[in-house]
Amino acid sequence: MYAALWRVLPGSTALKILQCLVLALAIVAVLFLWVFPAIAPLMPFNETTVEGG
Amino acid sequence: MTVATAPDRDIAYLVRRTIGEVLITVGVVLLLFASWQLWWTDVESNAAARTSIDAFYGNLDDPKNPEKLDAKGMPITIGEDGVFGIIRIPRFGKDWVRPLVENTDWYPLTRGVGHYKGTVGPGTVGNFALAGHRTTYGRPFHNIDLMVPGDKIIVETKSTYFVYEMTASEIVAPWNMSVIAPVPDKPGVKPTEAMITLTSCHPKFSAAQRFIVHGKLLMKAKRADGLPGDMWAVPDGAVQ
Repeated sequence: MYAALWRVLPGSTALKILQCLVLALAIVAVLFLWVFPAIAPLMPFNETTVEGG
Repeated sequence: MTVATAPDRDIAYLVRRTIGEVLITVGVVLLLFASWQLWWTDVESNAAARTSIDAFYGNLDDPKNPEKLDAKGMPITIGEDGVFGIIRIPRFGKDWVRPLVENTDWYPLTRGVGHYKGTVGPGTVGNFALAGHRTTYGRPFHNIDLMVPGDKIIVETKSTYFVYEMTASEIVAPWNMSVIAPVPDKPGVKPTEAMITLTSCHPKFSAAQRFIVHGKLLMKAKRADGLPGDMWAVPDGAVQ
């Protein structure tokens, strides 16, 4: 799938590398800002309170 | 004997390669999640705490927002961050300071040390109960296990300093709510003393148990009068 991505990206090799970096950064940003904060409360290791059960 | 034709080999190769790429990608995402949880939540929560603390000290004399207490002696919080005070524990170092926020839900605990809703306010007879993260989200109570009886826990509200002195610690099951009872560990008993209880998870990076610290009110002083210097003293062997 990464080979296909490489083929699809336009421009010279340098331009392709640049586009890959931008894509990777965008994906990391989406994960850090939205995806990880959304799933963190479901993780079992973040509980600090005593609660009735 | 049959030999796989070229297109068959190509498809098998493509499938294998794609599975490999997916697995590598999943591995990278898991590593990213670990670094986000262990590092980035600290960065975000520490920055938010700094902002809250500056805002708290900046608004001490705000005439539009005077300190009002509810029937349980709890400062009524205004504003989204719900900050009603500041907590300092000299055992954790001279510069250790955290905002106190109302409530112990997920979001407030990423902003500071949370006050169990329904427990009394600082300095009031009963149990002023607080929860804080042991790891991640600024990990305010990372070193709670290093506290020893006699350690000071200083709570500041807009008007008042409250100094509690640690009396005991215990490790309990997560559902043991009696630790935050008005008289700690004695649910149903009528309180006669102003107590404080800190809860955090235990062991580190686990939610199997809770680490609990209890203390009782030693003294209080108006902010304008200040506290005796020895109340702020950092104990020997403090975490720095």
